[in-house]
Amino acid sequence: MSDPKVIFRGTGVTRRFGRGKNLVEAVKNVDFTLTEGQITTVVGESGSGKSTLARMVLRLLPVSEGTLEFNGTDVTTITGSARADYWKDVQAVFQDPFSAFNQFFTVRRLLSRSFRLLGERAAAEARMEEALNHVGLFGADVLDRFPHQLSGGQRQRVMIARALMMQPKLLIADEATSMLDASLRVNILNVLTDLRDTLGMTILFITHDIGQANYIADQVLVMEHGEMVEQGPADKVIFDPQHEYTRRLLSDVPRLNQSA
Amino acid sequence: MTDSPSRAANARTRATGLRLLDAHNLTAAYYTPEGNRVVAVDDVSISINEGEVLGIAGESGCGKSTLGAILSLTAREPLVVEGGTLEVDGKQQRLGPRAKVQRTWRGSVVSLLPQGAMNSISPTMRVRDLVFDVMRAHDRGVKRSEALDRARDRFEELGLPARALDAYPHQLSGGMKQRVVTVISTLLNPRLLIADEPTSALDVSSQKALIDMLLQMLDNKIMSGVVFITHDLPVLRTVSNRIAVMYAGKIAEIGDAEQIASEPRHPYSAALLGSVLVPEPGFRNKRVKGIPGSPPNLLNPPSGCRFHPRCGLAMDVCTKEEPPEVGDVLRFSSCFWTQQNPGTPVPLDRVIPSEEATMVETDRELADQLAGAEEGAR
Amino acid sequence: MRSIHLTPRFWVAASLVIFTLLVGLLGPLIIHVDPHATIGGLYDKPSGRSIGMWLGTDNAGQSVISNLVNGVRTSLFIGLVAGAISTVIGLVFGLVAGFQGGILDDILMGVTNIGLAIPSIVVVILLADALNGSTSFTLAMVIGITGWPWTARAVRAQATSIRNREHIDVARLSGARWVSILLWDVLPYLLSYVVMAFVLQMSGAILAEAAISMLGLGASGSVSLGIMLYWSLAWGSVRTGAWWAFLPPTLMLTLIAFSLLLLQSSLDEVFNPRLRRGRSRRRLAAVAAGTQAAVPTAAIVEPVLEGDRS
Repeated sequence: MSDPKVIFRGTGVTRRFGRGKNLVEAVKNVDFTLTEGQITTVVGESGSGKSTLARMVLRLLPVSEGTLEFNGTDVTTITGSARADYWKDVQAVFQDPFSAFNQFFTVRRLLSRSFRLLGERAAAEARMEEALNHVGLFGADVLDRFPHQLSGGQRQRVMIARALMMQPKLLIADEATSMLDASLRVNILNVLTDLRDTLGMTILFITHDIGQANYIADQVLVMEHGEMVEQGPADKVIFDPQHEYTRRLLSDVPRLNQSA
Repeated sequence: MTDSPSRAANARTRATGLRLLDAHNLTAAYYTPEGNRVVAVDDVSISINEGEVLGIAGESGCGKSTLGAILSLTAREPLVVEGGTLEVDGKQQRLGPRAKVQRTWRGSVVSLLPQGAMNSISPTMRVRDLVFDVMRAHDRGVKRSEALDRARDRFEELGLPARALDAYPHQLSGGMKQRVVTVISTLLNPRLLIADEPTSALDVSSQKALIDMLLQMLDNKIMSGVVFITHDLPVLRTVSNRIAVMYAGKIAEIGDAEQIASEPRHPYSAALLGSVLVPEPGFRNKRVKGIPGSPPNLLNPPSGCRFHPRCGLAMDVCTKEEPPEVGDVLRFSSCFWTQQNPGTPVPLDRVIPSEEATMVETDRELADQLAGAEEGAR
Repeated sequence: MRSIHLTPRFWVAASLVIFTLLVGLLGPLIIHVDPHATIGGLYDKPSGRSIGMWLGTDNAGQSVISNLVNGVRTSLFIGLVAGAISTVIGLVFGLVAGFQGGILDDILMGVTNIGLAIPSIVVVILLADALNGSTSFTLAMVIGITGWPWTARAVRAQATSIRNREHIDVARLSGARWVSILLWDVLPYLLSYVVMAFVLQMSGAILAEAAISMLGLGASGSVSLGIMLYWSLAWGSVRTGAWWAFLPPTLMLTLIAFSLLLLQSSLDEVFNPRLRRGRSRRRLAAVAAGTQAAVPTAAIVEPVLEGDRS
């Protein structure tokens, strides 16, 4: 950990939707870096452009302007097999643990789709079980179930297992805990911190909840209306916020202890 | 730092001590297509005072929304209300398969703000059309202009932009949509509003705006009481006077919001509180433990105390006998441990023992349960 | 999969459809009379003398009942073939356009809109005329080829909404190929819709065939309900009061079209439980019609089943 390495760099990243009068700039000229082995959290309200940013990093959405660099390689415009290779290194978990499932597929079918990118089948099967164990599940219990036969927490863990099968270097969690109960949420967040601590995985965690950011983040990026208004180490951003918007986000968090 | 503490203080003075609602022995069950009876709310009694917000907490699947449906008289198949009474302003409404719901109750005595309401508004309807529909359902003869005037006044009173009335749902932000729907569902000045997870899909700033608006509506006597259902305890702490914690269709603990938040008497409340993440220095580099496993399948609930399989304090008696209600009607906890250790704070690190082992264990257990039951329940 | 709740409406519709199928399939075996054979004179009245005379004779002295059951068979055959052709073409166009979007969408929808703009009945008539001496099969092909555009439009709209679901992103990240995503992640979500579109296409095709045949452009040498109507009109059965010549084919056509439409709308209820009638619906209606609104409107009522998302 002596020499933290930048694994991902975004420069001048911009995304526009629509044209003419309906032009919306969802992400405006954003610069950021992700450090290897760290959890970086993007915080912002809905409509701040944080999910758009995540989809661009995932290369699911083209950027309008700017460059994306992964491990020193420009990935801004890769397509086809180059992009499939990129997805071996960069994976994601999404917000809604129900709509992220194809409801006609069993867990086995969902996970075995990744086999094509993983190569040899036997090794891939082993990796499937390994990935499930990592999130506290057993293949025998969940593989032949349909999504509606799983609980919300199990679904989200299967989704993390799917991403882990690729053994990615970078995992993007887009509001992955927003739709879960507080108690399940903590369990999922603990899975993420364990991945960082045991596998040295880099994680980009998107949330609107600064409480969650505080719990797991090493770095915090704050977005407002498509702009990056503040970024830095979590301690600094959360306990010594410089920007007015960050302060408001903090003050809006409901507290358990009212007098504090 | 904010005005929430003062709002909460207002809330305390707002409550008058006059009884608004008494609900006795509410029981409701779902019937699966196979004919199995799943009791989602099991003999629950609660009361709300005039001007009060009662928070209902608990994980998904604990019966919170079902309780909301019973209270708002909107239960429908496959949910069947099997018994109980509601008493508002001294008037009684008996509930049950053969009981007839008085027409004047739904909407003007109790009104529901359903979960996800803001996403189920027809996209082709303007907000003002929705307003007219609601008012007309209440009073056939109402004129369009009257309905709109009323809504416009209400919007002004609560500081919402009147032009939102002319907007289509997709033109409003999530937070604004939720506030608009809340105002519309209270146009008829219900005595009691039942709000089911109104803040769960919102970011913190919109949550705060909605909560402030609800409290203002109480101040302005638009309604006299609110049942606020959510799994988010910090939100409940901000908005409610009292909190009822539900587990597996029963009330585990009930009491003043402050008491529940600062000194829970039930292991389940303590565990829920223990998994709350707050942006404070103490939460960095600290490992917070979630509750292992999930709430039980109510098709086949555990014997004795329903929380015992997930509770580190469980004793022999917990697995066999129903726990007693320790305390009085206003503040009680259904727990043997609390009974045996009066006045002792619940030791959280003993409620949730070593995390990793139990997490895996209960998942296996859950999977086994699911194997038979889940298909049936669907 | 989740259990599907079949409504009473569905059973009524299904029985009617099965009835017409039985008429078309078994009818010709029971009414063992050659529809082209002359068994009587001009418009002989119905009588119980023989099976073939149950509905009398037509202008050429042929058995009406035999023509009727064989006509139903032709209609069903044409409906199935034409419905299948237009559903398949429309499905492919709509799926690709809706899922892919962009320029491919523009091109495919351009073609579809042109197809929609051309009055298809005119094309069918011209084609049918050009292929004079055609068989029922070529007629079915012609109807099917002109009928797909609106299915394409409808399927495209559905596919567009599914394109934005998270599971599509998940499939892409898993490295699934384009065709695989289209077949396994988009199509299954549309299947119920496609089944309904097919039923509608079938009923449309049957009515189109009847219209063409009534104009005298039907398949030569074959027996169909439209052709029966054409001859009965041409030989003045309405004027002379020979009801048995025109009423049975008209009623049969109505029954087929009605049962298919009813089937389609009842399938909509089966696949789309929100539209289901019955108790909850009545209760809502009562709320709306009564003095109180339980909740803002029917539109914002969500089922209060807990744990829906958990």
